[in-house]
Amino acid sequence: MIISSLGQGLLWAPLVIGVFITFRILDIPDLTTEGSFPFGAAMTISLMINGQSAFIATLMGFVAGCLGGFVTGVLDTKLHIPSLLAGILTMTGLYSVNMHVMGKSNVPLLTQKVLTDYLPAWATTTQTIVLGIIITGIVILALYLMFKTRLGLSLMATGNNKNMSAANGINTDGMIIFGYTISNGLIALSGSLIAQSNGYADIGMGIGTIVIGLASVLVGEIFLRGRNILVRLSAMVVGAILYRFLLTVAMGLGFPPDDLKILSAIILVIVICVPILRNKLKTRKQLKIYLSQLTEGEQDEQVRSIKRPKFTKGVLSGDRE
Amino acid sequence: MFFPGTENERHILKNVSLKVYDGDFISVIGNNGAGKSTLLNTIAGTLSADAGSINLENKNVIKKSVSYRSRWMSRVFQDPKMGTAGELSVAENLVLAESHVNTISLKWYNKKGQWEKFQELLKPLDMGLENRLKTQVKYLSGGQRQALSLLMATLSKPKLLLLDEHTAALDPKTSRDVMDLTDEIVNREKLTTMMITHKMSDALKYGNRLIMVQDGQITLDVSGEDKMKLDSEELVGMFDN
Repeated sequence: MIISSLGQGLLWAPLVIGVFITFRILDIPDLTTEGSFPFGAAMTISLMINGQSAFIATLMGFVAGCLGGFVTGVLDTKLHIPSLLAGILTMTGLYSVNMHVMGKSNVPLLTQKVLTDYLPAWATTTQTIVLGIIITGIVILALYLMFKTRLGLSLMATGNNKNMSAANGINTDGMIIFGYTISNGLIALSGSLIAQSNGYADIGMGIGTIVIGLASVLVGEIFLRGRNILVRLSAMVVGAILYRFLLTVAMGLGFPPDDLKILSAIILVIVICVPILRNKLKTRKQLKIYLSQLTEGEQDEQVRSIKRPKFTKGVLSGDRE
Repeated sequence: MFFPGTENERHILKNVSLKVYDGDFISVIGNNGAGKSTLLNTIAGTLSADAGSINLENKNVIKKSVSYRSRWMSRVFQDPKMGTAGELSVAENLVLAESHVNTISLKWYNKKGQWEKFQELLKPLDMGLENRLKTQVKYLSGGQRQALSLLMATLSKPKLLLLDEHTAALDPKTSRDVMDLTDEIVNREKLTTMMITHKMSDALKYGNRLIMVQDGQITLDVSGEDKMKLDSEELVGMFDN
C-alpha cells in the first residue's frame, strides 16, 4: 500500500509543484489546473494513438499545459480579469478543447508503449516509482537552478511585491504569465503521466485536481518546513506522496471511489485548520509560561529569555504580514 | 520635463510644466489632494497621463511602462513595506535593486564577491543590517526597511530619484536619521531628486529647490538664494491662497 502510494504520489508530484508555483510563489489560486491536467492527458494519449512515441507525446502534453497557462496569464495581466475568474474561463474553455482533442469523453490506450515500458521489465509499481523519481528529479533540478538565477529571483519578487518589482525594472506582467505557463505545464505533465499509468484519458479526470494540489501543498508544508527553495520543492513531493497515502488509507477503510472527492475536500479543510490550531495552542502554552513566570516574580532577565509567542496566522495567507 | 495640460474628469494636473535640471534636489510641498503624489506617480509611470509629454534625457517616455522607466528612475514609497520584498532576504532585495536591466537573465545571482560589497554598503546605516544579509526583510523594523528601501533606490545610480513622503510613517528620530541618510547619499552620488514632504522644516532644510503644488498646478518654484530666504511661517501662509 505504501509502495503504491509512493509511485502514484511521485506521478502527482509535478502537479503539486505546479500548484506551488502559482499558489505560493505568485500568490494566486489558479483554477486552470482543472483544465490543464486533462489537457495534458488528452494530448498525450491522442498523440500516442496516432503513432507518436511516448516521449514526444509526454513532452507535447507539457507544452499543451504551458499554452493553457499562458492563456490564463494573458487574461489575468493584459485583460485585467481577476485571476480566479481568468482560471475559471480557461478551465471551461479547455473542456471543449479536450473533447476535440480526444474526440470522445474517454480514450483508452491500446497496445502503445507508455514511458514505463522503456524501463527494464521490473514490477509495475517499481517501474512507476523509478519513472516518478526520474521525472520529479528533473523537474526539481530544473526549477532549483531556475530559482537560483536572476529570472527566478524576479519571479519570486513579483509574487511577493508587485509594485516594488516594477519599480526595480521587472516586467511583472511577463513574470506572472511565465509563472502561469510553467505551472500549468507541470500540471499537464502530471496529467500525461497519470493517463499513461491508468491507460486512458478521461474528460472528467481534472475534476478536483486543484483541491488535491492545494491539499498536497499544505500537507507538504506541515511536514517539511524551510525557506530554502530546494526544501520547499522537496516538501511538495513529500506532500504529494503523503496525500496519496491518506487517500489509500481512506480507500482501505472501505470508502467507495465515488466518495474520494468529498474526502479530498475534507482533507483540505483539515490541513488548513491544523496549522492554525497548532499555532493557537503554541501561543497559549507560551503565554501560560510567560504569565506564570511573571506571577512568580521572576525578574526581567528570565522573562526576556522566553521567546515571544507567535501570533496565529491563517495558513492560506502564508507567512506574509 | 514637461507636462502640458492633462485632461480628466477630475482634472488633477493642469498645465504642469516642470523642468528638472541635472543635480537638482527638489522638495515638493502642497496640501492634501493637491496632486503632489499624482505628479510623482505620473513621472514614475504608475499613473498614465492623458495628454502631454514626459521627457527623460530627451526621450519621451509618456507611453512607457513603470519597469521601462525604472532604468532611469528609482522610487521610495511612503509605506516601508512597499519598497522592499518582505519574503526575500536583505541580500536578495539588494540584488534586485542593483540592476534594473537584465531582470530575466539566466545568470546566477548569488555571487560570493557581492556579499562583501553589500556589507560595505550596509555598514554606514549603523543598524546592524550588514550582519543580517540572510534575514527576510519582513522581520526588520519599519525604519530599517525604509533605510534599506532608500539604499536600494540609490544603488542603481538613477538619473532621477523620487521620494514620496518617505519619512512620514516613521517615528521622529528614525525619520530624522533616514532624512540625514537621504541627504548624505543624494549629495555623495549627486542624484537628481524630487522629494514630497509635509514637513516644512525638511522642505526648507534639504535641497536646492522647492516647488509648491496647489490644485494641480505648480504655484511656487524657488531655488538657490530665494529658497534660503523662505521660512516655514511664510510657506504655511501660502497654503491658504
